[in-house]
Amino acid sequence: MILPWLILIPFIGGLLCWMGERFGATLPRWIALLTMSLELALGLWLWAHGDYSFAPAPGADPTWALEFKHVWIQRFGINVHLALDGLSLLMILLTGLLGVLSVLCSWKEIQRHVGFFHLNLMWILGGVVGVFLALDLFMFFFFWEMMLVPMYFLIALWGHSSSDGKKTRIYAATKFFIFTQASGLIMLVAILGLVLVNFNSTGVITFNYADLLKTKMSLTTEYILMLGFFVAFAVKLPVVPFHSWLPDAHAQAPTAGSVDLAGILLKTAAYGLLRFALPLFPNASAEFAPIAMTLGLIGIFYGAFLAFAQTDIKRLIAFSSVSHMGFVLIGIYSGSQLALQGAVIQMLAHGISAAALFILSGQLYERLHTRDMREMGGVWSRIAYLPAISLFFAAASLGLPGTGNFIGEFLILMGTFAQTPWISAIATSGLVFGSVYSLIMIHRAYFGAAKSDTVLHGMDTRELIMVLGLAVLLIYIGVYPQPFLDTSAATMHGVQQWFGTAFSQLASAR
Amino acid sequence: MEFTIQHFIALAPLLITSLTIVVVMLAIAWRRNHAQTFLLSCAGLNLALLSIIPALKVAPLAVTPLMMIDDFALLYIALILVATLACVTLAHAYLGEGGTGYPGNREELYLLILLAAAGGIVLVSAQHLAGLFIGLELLSIPTYGLVAYAFFNKRSLEAGIKYMVLSAAGSAFLLFGMALLYAEAGSLSFSGIGHALAATSMPAPIAQLGLAMMLIGLAFKLSLVPFHLWTPDVYEGAPAPVAAFLATATKVAVFAVMVRLFQISPAANTGVLSNVLSVIAVASILFGNLLALTQNNLKRLLGYSSIAHFGYLLIALVASKGLALEAIGVYLVTYVITSLGAFGVITLMSSPYKGRDADALYEYRGLFWRRPYLTAVLTVMMLSLAGIPLTAGFIGKFYIIATGVEAHQWWLVASLVLGSAIGVFYYLRVMVTLFLIEPNLRRVDAELHWEQKAGGVMLLAIALLAFFLGVYPQPLLTLVQHAVLGV
Repeated sequence: MILPWLILIPFIGGLLCWMGERFGATLPRWIALLTMSLELALGLWLWAHGDYSFAPAPGADPTWALEFKHVWIQRFGINVHLALDGLSLLMILLTGLLGVLSVLCSWKEIQRHVGFFHLNLMWILGGVVGVFLALDLFMFFFFWEMMLVPMYFLIALWGHSSSDGKKTRIYAATKFFIFTQASGLIMLVAILGLVLVNFNSTGVITFNYADLLKTKMSLTTEYILMLGFFVAFAVKLPVVPFHSWLPDAHAQAPTAGSVDLAGILLKTAAYGLLRFALPLFPNASAEFAPIAMTLGLIGIFYGAFLAFAQTDIKRLIAFSSVSHMGFVLIGIYSGSQLALQGAVIQMLAHGISAAALFILSGQLYERLHTRDMREMGGVWSRIAYLPAISLFFAAASLGLPGTGNFIGEFLILMGTFAQTPWISAIATSGLVFGSVYSLIMIHRAYFGAAKSDTVLHGMDTRELIMVLGLAVLLIYIGVYPQPFLDTSAATMHGVQQWFGTAFSQLASAR
Repeated sequence: MEFTIQHFIALAPLLITSLTIVVVMLAIAWRRNHAQTFLLSCAGLNLALLSIIPALKVAPLAVTPLMMIDDFALLYIALILVATLACVTLAHAYLGEGGTGYPGNREELYLLILLAAAGGIVLVSAQHLAGLFIGLELLSIPTYGLVAYAFFNKRSLEAGIKYMVLSAAGSAFLLFGMALLYAEAGSLSFSGIGHALAATSMPAPIAQLGLAMMLIGLAFKLSLVPFHLWTPDVYEGAPAPVAAFLATATKVAVFAVMVRLFQISPAANTGVLSNVLSVIAVASILFGNLLALTQNNLKRLLGYSSIAHFGYLLIALVASKGLALEAIGVYLVTYVITSLGAFGVITLMSSPYKGRDADALYEYRGLFWRRPYLTAVLTVMMLSLAGIPLTAGFIGKFYIIATGVEAHQWWLVASLVLGSAIGVFYYLRVMVTLFLIEPNLRRVDAELHWEQKAGGVMLLAIALLAFFLGVYPQPLLTLVQHAVLGV
C-alpha cells in the first residue's frame, strides 16, 4: 500500500496548500515542505528496507521490490499497476529531494497566490512520481500528460517575461505544452498500436507491462512503434531537433519551475527510454542505436555551442542540459552495463547540479533583478559565498573529478568505448566545450570589472543550506557512488540483457 | 399494425415529452408564470427520463415501420433529455426573475426547447427515411425560433434567419437525396435500402448521388467543413442556453441517426463515399482548429471547436467496425458533458439577461481570483475539450484514437494528433486568461450566489461528472457497451 501513497501524498498535500492559503501565506509553504519531506523520508525508508536485486529481466516475468495492483478500467484490461525497482527508487529519491528544494527556493521568490502556486508544484511532483511508478502503459501515459497542466500554470502565471518583451512567459508555457502534448499523443498512438498487435496475437486486451513485453511482432512494426515512443521521449529529454521548447521554458519559468524541469521532468524521458522503449522494442532499438547515438553526439556539441553563445544565464544552463542529456542518450543506447550505470549516475548528478545552478541564478536574480550576464560582471566582490559556490557547481557541470558528474560521464564514455570507440572519442572532445561554457559563465557573471560598488546582501541560512547540501551530496556521489550503483544494478542488468541479445542477433544477421 | 401496451411503454419517453408540451402550452394560456412553466418542463423531462427504465425492458421493439426503440436509441434519448434538462435550468437562470432579466415573454422558450427535444427523440429512433425527415424538421424548426429568441438583439435575429435559410437549404438537399435513393432502392426503410444496395457489388451512381446529397444535408446540421459557415455566427448570436442546446442535443441527435443509417446500410460507407467522409473529417479537424486560433469571442471559439470535435467523431464513423459504435457513444457523452459545462459558464456569466452575452474573452480575465469555483468548472471543461487526462474528454479521445488505430486509418489519426496540437493552443489561451491578473477592468461577473441556484448546482454536478469520468470511466463504458443497435 505504500506505493499509491507515494503518489497520493503530493496530490493531497497540494490541495491542503490551496486550502491553507486562507490562513496566511506561510502556512502553504510549511505544508508543502512537510509533504515533500514526508515523500523523501518514505523514499529513504524504502531504500533502507527494500531488496533491490529484484528487477525486470528478459525470459521471465518481471519481479519487483514492491508491487501494487488494482483493477481500474475493466473494459480495456487497465489496472492501477505500480511497482518499484532500483531505478524508480533512485528517481523518486531525486524527486523528493528536488521537491523539498523547490519549495525552499520559492520561499521568498513567490509572493503572489502562494497556495495555488504550491498546489501546482505538488501536483507536478505527484505526476512525476506517478510516471516513475506506473507499469500500466495507459497509466503511464495518464501521468505523463497530466503533469503538463500544472507545469503550464507554473510557467504561465509565476514566470518572468524576457526583458526585451519579445518572449512572454505565456508564449514559453504554451510552446512547452504543445511540444510535449503533441509528442505524447504520438506515443499514445504507438501504445495503442502495441496493444492491438498484442490483442491480435493473444486475443486479450491489456496495457500491462509484463504482458506486452512478450508481444511478438515483425521488425517493421516494432520499428514504427518504437519511433512513436522515441519521439515522445526525445521531445522531453530533449534530443536536438526537438529541443527548442527547453530554453524558452527554462528562461521564463520561476526558479522552482526550472529546478523541477531540469532536475526531474527531463529525467522522466530517460526513465521512459530505459523502462519502456528499450525492453519493449529491443530489436528495433538495437537497429536504431547508431542513429540515437548520433543524435546524442549532435546534442552534446550543439548544446555546448549554443550555451556558449547565450547572454541569459538561465538559457545558458538550459542549453548545458541539452548537452548533458546527449551523454545520457549515448549511454542508454550503447548497450553496455557500464554505460547504462553511468547514465543513471549522470541523471542523478545532472539533476543535482543543474538544480543547484538554477537555484543560484534565482538567488542572483533576487539580488540583481536581471538574468543578463552582460549586466552582471564583478559580482564576486559584491556578494559573499554565492560566487564561490557557483564556481563549484560550474566545475561540477564540466565534469571535474570528485563530483558525481565526472563519475557519470566517465562511466558512459568508458562503457561506450568497447563497442563504438569513435562515438566515445568524439563525445569525449565534447567535454572540452563543456568546460568552455561553464567557465565563461563564471567569467562573465562574476569576474571582470564591477558595475557598481554597492555590496549586496549575502546568503542567508536557508539559501546556504540548500546549495551546500547539494554540494555535499554531489561530492558524495563523486567519491563513493557504490550505493547508487548497487541500487540500480539489477535494473540496468535487465535492460542490458534485452539490448545485448538484440545487438548480437543484429550482428549475426549482418 | 396493432399497438399493444408494450409499444406504449417503449414509446413512453416520446409520449411523456409530447404530453409535457401540451401541458406547458395550456398552462401558459391559463396563466403566464415563469417559475410555473419552468417547474412543469423540468417535471416532464424528469418523468420522460425515468420512463426510459421500463422502456429498456421491452427494447428492442419496432414501433411502426418508422421507429425502432432499441438500447442504442434509448441511450441517445437519455442523452438528449439530460442535455435538454440542463439547458432548461440554464435558461431559467438566464431569463431571470421578476423585473430584471429578459424583457419579453419568457415562457415560450421552454415550449420551443421541449418541441425540439421531442424531435431529437424521434430522430435517434428513426429507422426509416420518413421518420428521419419528420424528426429532423421537428428538431430544426423550433430551433429557428430559439436562436432568434432574443429578437430585439440584432445579432440574435440575424443568427436565427441565417440558421433558418441554411438549414432549409440543407433539408432540401436531404429530401432530394432521399428521392434519388428511393428511385434506386425502392424502399425508404434503412434496412430495405441496405439490402437493395448490398445486392449489387457496387451501388449504382444514382444511389451514390442520393447518399452524397443526404450526407450534405446532414453535414449542414453537424456543421462539418465545408458546410460549417453558419456555425460561428449562429453560436455567437444565439442566447447562451440556446447555443448550449444547439451544440449538444441537436448535434447528438443528428449524429446518432447518421450512425444508425451507416450501420444498417453499410453500403453507404463504401467506395467514393467513404473517401468523401474521410476528406470531410480531415478538413473539419484542420479547419475547425485553425479557424478557432484567432477567435477572441468565447462562443465563436466553441463553435469552431465543435466543428473540429465532430471531425474527430467522423473518424469513428469511417472506421465503422470494431470499437467504432462504442467510441461514438463514449465520445458523444463526454462531448455533451463538456459543452454543457462550457456554455453553462458563459450562461451564468451572462445571467440574468442584460442585452448581450458575456462572451468576449477579455471579460473572463482574472475570473479565477473573483469566482474561483466557476473558473475551476471552465478550466476542467477546457482541459476536457483539449483531451487532457483527469477529464472526461481524454477518455473520448482515447477511444477515437483506439478506433482509428484499430481500423488502420493512419491519415485520420495523424490529422487528429495534429488537430489536437493546434487545439491545445486556443484552449490554453482561454484557460490562462482566466488566471491572469488585470486591474482596472470593467467587471462582468456571475451573480454572487450563483452556485445556490438550479443552474449553478447543475453546472457543479457536470464539472464533477467530467472529472469523475476522467478518473474512473468504467460505469460509462459499461453503459455504452450495452447500447447496441436492434435489428
